[in-house]
Amino acid sequence: MTDNLLLITNTLMYATPLILAGLGGVISEKSGVVNLALEGIMTIGAFAAAAVAFATGNVWLGFFAAGAAGAMLALLHALSTVTFKADQTISGVALNFVGPGLAIFFSRMFFGAVRSDPVQVRFPRLAAVFPSLADSVFNFSFMFIIAFLLVIAMYIFLYKTKWGLRIIAIGEHPAAADTLGVNVNLTRFLCVIASGVLAGFGGAAFTLSIVSIFAPNVIAGAGFIALAAVIFGKWSPHGLLGACLIFGFFQALAIRLRGYDLPVPLQVITIMPYILTIIILVLFVGKSVAPKAVGIPYKKGAH
Amino acid sequence: MVIRLLRKPVTGSLFAILAAIIVGGVILAAAGHNPIQVYGGLIYGALGRPRFIVNTVIMSTSLILTGLSVTFAYKTGLFNIGVEGQFIVGTVAAVFLGFFLNLPPIIHPIVVMLGAMLVSGTYGAIVGFLKAKFNIHEVLSSIMLNWVALNLLNLYIGVERFQRLPTVAHTIQDSANIIIAHEMKRTPEGIARLRESEFLTEVILRTDFNFGIFIAIAAVLIVKFVLDKTSLGYALKAVGSNRDAAEFAGINVKKHMVLSMFFAGSLAGLAAAVHITGISPNTISMLGGFQNFGFNGIPVALLANASVIPNIFSALLFGGMTYGSGYIQSRHGVATEIIDIMVGLIVFFVALRAVCVLIADKLEKRRSGST
Repeated sequence: MTDNLLLITNTLMYATPLILAGLGGVISEKSGVVNLALEGIMTIGAFAAAAVAFATGNVWLGFFAAGAAGAMLALLHALSTVTFKADQTISGVALNFVGPGLAIFFSRMFFGAVRSDPVQVRFPRLAAVFPSLADSVFNFSFMFIIAFLLVIAMYIFLYKTKWGLRIIAIGEHPAAADTLGVNVNLTRFLCVIASGVLAGFGGAAFTLSIVSIFAPNVIAGAGFIALAAVIFGKWSPHGLLGACLIFGFFQALAIRLRGYDLPVPLQVITIMPYILTIIILVLFVGKSVAPKAVGIPYKKGAH
Repeated sequence: MVIRLLRKPVTGSLFAILAAIIVGGVILAAAGHNPIQVYGGLIYGALGRPRFIVNTVIMSTSLILTGLSVTFAYKTGLFNIGVEGQFIVGTVAAVFLGFFLNLPPIIHPIVVMLGAMLVSGTYGAIVGFLKAKFNIHEVLSSIMLNWVALNLLNLYIGVERFQRLPTVAHTIQDSANIIIAHEMKRTPEGIARLRESEFLTEVILRTDFNFGIFIAIAAVLIVKFVLDKTSLGYALKAVGSNRDAAEFAGINVKKHMVLSMFFAGSLAGLAAAVHITGISPNTISMLGGFQNFGFNGIPVALLANASVIPNIFSALLFGGMTYGSGYIQSRHGVATEIIDIMVGLIVFFVALRAVCVLIADKLEKRRSGST
């Protein structure tokens, strides 16, 4: 494989977990619930994927286990923020402690150490089905294909179906949606659970397709980057995809340039996506376009 | 009486701690430990010996200040998740000033602290500026700047002039050190004199007991005074409670957002300076990921209900839990992650403390219904 091909492949590889978790952020925030816990949910998803794939030798079981584990953590977020009207930021911060804490705790019980044993199975690439693609740029990982299809599915769901439009309505003006007979709290509850499943998948992308091992620092801030990509992408699935590809590209670039004799230290390259994000926001985005009711618990009869 | 008690913020915090102890106990029991024994061990590990108490205090010192930083921004309606990055640039500034300046003792650490506060404050003010001027979400810009800070630290250590070892920066000069009896601990005669007293051996010689805790408490009191007794504090809180009303009252909202983030950042910088000057090895090493010295201030502030003085108590609780966890790991074989789970549970139940108020409302309704 040539270096430039590797650059593209790595871009997609690093973008994948961000896209998956970011989609979780999109659906939750569109319905009006901030999900700051993406990081913690990804960590527990990464562990569940590693443990189940290790035990069963089946990546798909690992993948879905990650979704289930993510849903369970998200259930706590849904209960506190939707059912009990708790502060969404505080609940998210809490789960960012609980998620990794539980993941490492279980790792010690299951693997006897904070790091898992290496997971022997990996998500296949397209070449496994179409061998002729082996050396081409189209030899995507199935994990990326899933993420990409989910972006399209999320786009259609949010903007072209009545359920999606209801979710958007709830995020913008819950009282009006309520008047029209939409069950605001039930919808929000389900959106938060869905965000947990997606963020769990995002965690699985790490342990089943990037590093093949669970370690306490495996997520290393990706959940927060995904959250930033949601805002950067203006809370839309396609915007999110673009933002994640930018982050993925710079991560891949930093790895591509490692070992070269650069005129600048490597950290300058590593810093680029973060600075660039801010610059792009300053130059082009301007007014923030968050769903209007995001962060505010909905109480019937209150305004 | 019960109703009024349920409405007090401190009741909510105590409820959160109690609920976390119960749920944490269930988790411990499920993992095959005796919860009572483990909790007992945790308390002993945090407070059981004079040396443990000192280490708990040391662990809590930077937590008080980072918690205070988050609290300060919160008063102006801003969520300072950038406290980690502000702390990191603060450590870089502290190491730089601590090594390259030649100043007499007492003056040197003060200059280091002021310098770190200025650097971290400016770093925090960037977030306030981006929000005020371009309406950029403070959580987004803060997350970006946290990563920038981490890379800046690595960039700094990467420069040959600034490193003692390839991945470690210079250790600060002795004159900048705020460890109590630091000079004595360096000479054989001094050590011999400290050894004469069992107590001093325990709390001075065997720990990094430093002046930081007094600085942290002073900072808490100053912030309390500024917020409650000055017009600046009034304006900052007005911006936090109702932006439009503040604007209408003639307060420059944008300027105060920037100011609030400057002060919040400078408190994180003070935490960093105290950390560098007060805890050996008194330097920084290259980072592969965040060490959470800043982030850990967030749960502290949340448990303190974003009010100023309680930061001290909630920092002591979390600091004690963190330090005590070492003991339960070595003594009872309990994984230290239980502390992260406990911290998370406490914060989670802090989020749920509105339930206390809901119960109070229900009780009140029932009572007024019956009469």
